[in-house]
Amino acid sequence: MSTEEAVAPVERAPQAHAIASALSSTERPARPSALSTSVTFGWRALLKIKHVPEQLFDVTVFPVIMTLLFTYLFGGAIAGSVSEYIAYIAPGVLVQSVLFITMYTGTTLRTDIDKGVFDRFRSLPIWRPSPLVGMLLGDAVRFIVAAIVTSIVCLLIGWRPGGGFVGVVLGVALLLVFAFSLGWIWTFLSLILRTPGAIMGVASFVLMPLLFGSNIFVDPSTMPGWLQAWVDVNPVSDLVTAVRALMNGTELGSELGITLLWSAVLVSVFGSLTMWKYRNPR
Amino acid sequence: MAELAIETHGLVKTYGETRAVDGIDLAIERGGVHGFLGPNGAGKTTAIRMLATLIRADAGTGTVLGYDIARQADEVRSRVSLTGQFASVDEDLTGRENLRLIAKLYGFGGAGATKRANELLEAFGLAEAGDRVVKKYSGGMRRRIDIAASIVVTPELLFLDEPTTGLDPRSRNEVWDIVRAMVDFGTTVMLTTQYLDEADQLADRISVIDTGKIIAEGTATELKASVGSGTLHVRVMDRDQRDNARSLLTRELDVPVDVTADPQALTAAIDDRGRVTRALTALDESGIGIAQFSLGQPSLDEVFLALTGHAADEPTTQEEDAA
Repeated sequence: MSTEEAVAPVERAPQAHAIASALSSTERPARPSALSTSVTFGWRALLKIKHVPEQLFDVTVFPVIMTLLFTYLFGGAIAGSVSEYIAYIAPGVLVQSVLFITMYTGTTLRTDIDKGVFDRFRSLPIWRPSPLVGMLLGDAVRFIVAAIVTSIVCLLIGWRPGGGFVGVVLGVALLLVFAFSLGWIWTFLSLILRTPGAIMGVASFVLMPLLFGSNIFVDPSTMPGWLQAWVDVNPVSDLVTAVRALMNGTELGSELGITLLWSAVLVSVFGSLTMWKYRNPR
Repeated sequence: MAELAIETHGLVKTYGETRAVDGIDLAIERGGVHGFLGPNGAGKTTAIRMLATLIRADAGTGTVLGYDIARQADEVRSRVSLTGQFASVDEDLTGRENLRLIAKLYGFGGAGATKRANELLEAFGLAEAGDRVVKKYSGGMRRRIDIAASIVVTPELLFLDEPTTGLDPRSRNEVWDIVRAMVDFGTTVMLTTQYLDEADQLADRISVIDTGKIIAEGTATELKASVGSGTLHVRVMDRDQRDNARSLLTRELDVPVDVTADPQALTAAIDDRGRVTRALTALDESGIGIAQFSLGQPSLDEVFLALTGHAADEPTTQEEDAA
């Protein structure tokens, strides 16, 4: 047996008899539920953050820069002063920070697929969407971090949300629902595009009109008609309006329902497309 | 159980114009190692991926352990394991975390998963490395953690896709020992390889695959026998004498004698062993010094060359699509 060979202390040779005994363990637990496997994959995403904490760079530094930049860039010009503008822009910047970060979901997935670990996941007898759902659940943690960081920065520069703590939490919750739904576009992209760079490019192209052609920064009433028309149908505008109402404690309109509807549409359309590609890749 | 481990009829997978797998018929019995031998791009990985239900066949049918790979994919998945060509573990996680992850996905609880992970780390000689991230593992350790992840729940059939590609000789021997241990236990192993000596060492039966088609099948001995009764290798003392030796041997043996990359060596596939003695005597009498000679069964390299008309290590033009 190879165990008698002199081997380095750290790396010992595998032992045939131990392998045989490991194989003879016939324990075959009951098949776990879809929720359980999804949560396990979410746990994997958190472990990755633990080992590669740099991953949190985009959800911490990035929102701070965005918040400060946009608040002070537009604050004086649009609302006269930063303190007046902050109530308007804080929920908007929150939405922008989180939605912008969602596209990293796609690049991460592509990297995973290229490394081959997804082959193993796909060969397991589990609920098929769970690696993807789990990944998005793990990302939700990153989004929450981004939301907290952005909120703190806004509070520090004078934001006093009228909806109080509960309002802000509800606003973030709605934002997370939408971000999770939007994530399925990126998972789909990552299954049809070959490189993380390409995904980044297409995702930026999709996000640009969604984020900037919206009511995040300015009231659309000063915009030309064609742009107003776009802003009106842009789901991000509805999301921002709903989040703003929740956080600032103003009256919540139909935008909440519209946002949830959009989320459902995104999940059903891009979730199905993703799973179709996932089941039968190239 | 009566049913075969793997049975396919006319399995086809096309990528654009390329028929990566071009009508494969297999009937592989349970137990032992079945080798899938072919050069890069022959279609080995594509075939394995269809059988492991990662991709769907464009045509043809297949059953794995009696379950249809298209209609009963989930049944197949719960009985087979796959160790891919590229490390199919998460290199950002530690070895232990990887095994716990797979164990949890199979339904082990937290404590059960930890216990199973420790057991496997120990068996595969990775106990001390268990808390290091896989990224920092050597090639051989990666392969081992990969195979360990494949047997978290004992599979009936294990697909090993080029398990020793890129490994140093010692690690390769370790992987071979692992495969032998699993076969002794009773697991059926389907192994792809582009190394002929690996197929020779491990596989009970071998399917030779080239440009998406199976061109020969049998035991290593059968495949070798199909080429001829043996091969004579001769190394002359002085490289200047090789041409003389070649013409002399060609005359005496009455078969083509080939030159090799080694400037002193000659090789010939022979039908009649009796002639060899005479030929060597003739060399000696004409004053050509022989440094070395051997008479043996043909190597699988020669088998491959004879079957395909090109050497095993020169890739065919067809590109294997790993994704």
